[in-house]
Amino acid sequence: MSIEPSVRVEDKLFYNRYLVDAGRAHIKVRPHTTPSPELLSMLKACPARCYELNDKGQVEITVDGCIECGTCRVICEGSGDIEWSYPRGGYGVLFKFG
Amino acid sequence: MIEEKFDAIVVGAGMAGNAAALTLAQRGLKVLQLERGEYSGSKNVQGAILYADMLEKLIPDFREDAPLERHLVEQRFWMMDDRSHTGLHYRSDDFNEEKPNRYTIIRAQFDKWFSQKVREAGATVLCETTVTELAQDAYGKVIGVRTDRADGEIHADVVVLAEGVNGLLGTRAGLRKRPTPDKVALAVKEMHFLPRETIEARFNLKGDEGMVIEAAGTISRGMTGMGFIYANKECISLGIGCLVADFQRTGETPYGLLDRFKRHPSVAPLIEGSEVKEYAAHLIPEGGFKAIPQLYGEGWVVVGDAAQLNNAIHREGSNLAMTSGRIAAEAIFQVKSRKDPMTAENLSLYKTMLDQSFVIKDLKKYKDMPALMHTQSQNFFLTYPELVSKAMQNFLRVDGTPKVEKEKTTFKSFIKARSWSGLFGDAFRLARAWR
Repeated sequence: MSIEPSVRVEDKLFYNRYLVDAGRAHIKVRPHTTPSPELLSMLKACPARCYELNDKGQVEITVDGCIECGTCRVICEGSGDIEWSYPRGGYGVLFKFG
Repeated sequence: MIEEKFDAIVVGAGMAGNAAALTLAQRGLKVLQLERGEYSGSKNVQGAILYADMLEKLIPDFREDAPLERHLVEQRFWMMDDRSHTGLHYRSDDFNEEKPNRYTIIRAQFDKWFSQKVREAGATVLCETTVTELAQDAYGKVIGVRTDRADGEIHADVVVLAEGVNGLLGTRAGLRKRPTPDKVALAVKEMHFLPRETIEARFNLKGDEGMVIEAAGTISRGMTGMGFIYANKECISLGIGCLVADFQRTGETPYGLLDRFKRHPSVAPLIEGSEVKEYAAHLIPEGGFKAIPQLYGEGWVVVGDAAQLNNAIHREGSNLAMTSGRIAAEAIFQVKSRKDPMTAENLSLYKTMLDQSFVIKDLKKYKDMPALMHTQSQNFFLTYPELVSKAMQNFLRVDGTPKVEKEKTTFKSFIKARSWSGLFGDAFRLARAWR
């Protein structure tokens, strides 16, 4: 079995164009002490790796690189772990090819 | 509040929304289309293949100025294991016709062109405007939308929800449920740029000829999923998608899956030396016929991906979107022409018309396929591709083993992996779901 070279999502997101709506995150994680299994699964399932674990073991989100797919909404909105909206008009990812 | 009242508001400017807005405007209705992107297309993601027939019904002479990439002359289906692929290729010079049937397109560019046609037909298109919720009267009838612009409530007789797979507005208003992880796939895609001649040489193409590869097998690591490679003029769209529930269950990462697909020995030479210019992700409705929600109500209809209208088996979505958008618009026009109100009862005409079209007929045909593919993913996406690869290699490798023994080995490997009853059961279930 060959060793998997690690994939850097940051490098992939670097190709994309964004208009960041500073101070207005369109997705919010509900404050928690211990993350639910749904929320934890986002650490891997988010295609832009927006979800990360902080040093207290809580899940945090940085939406700047979000590509607005909706995967986290499908997994986490039902359990109340996140609040999910689209960015304000004109903001967010701006696809050149799509 | 915008005082002006519209005959119809279309939310979203993808395939379904543009088809609906265009048709409504062509019929003389006063239409407002709202789109959250900086231009129509800037938020839209697809492979993408365009089906000419459905666009011709909207814009008969689209070939004159639409930004088309390549017309397809070849389709390859690959069943992959980690080091091989077993292919079924179909190529025909018949596809080099005056009016080709399928094209590769780049959605952001195509949708921008499509939107121009919508404007030329007389619709008002307002971009950079996110619709935040539906405006409803005291009885729950949809009377318009609220947007994120100041004083953003706008009224219309009917709202066409072409808001895409996430269907946020419909869910927020309680018109339908949020898609569940087992009913949507997450696909990730990269755009790989190469010189035109390189693409043509690597894929055996001349001029504007195009080809697409649809791939399944161990690339999805036992999950229900598919990979794709589409040749555009000067770039290759390459991606892979799997059910969200499978990502959740396995802990596989979408980008890890994509990079493994790119490194596969059958794929790597095709994109060697390319420059990647974009990375996108998108959800795809996979629930089929059984996942179709309520399609109309008091003052509203839902079309395209928001209505989960996607044929996962044939990898068709944009044509179902365009057709549902057009049919919804035609139904609205008929109700309007009779001077009838946009009630659920009157708008049920949309569903009646859609039921008679290929959209619902095709989805009905495959109504049992999603359940089969989703529950048997290990067998269909891992076990069988590996067995087929071994069988092919055993068949082709000349090593002095008598052919009778080779056949026995292959036969035994299938029985060992799936047992007699398993093999017959899979064949029976597949045939029944396909029927």
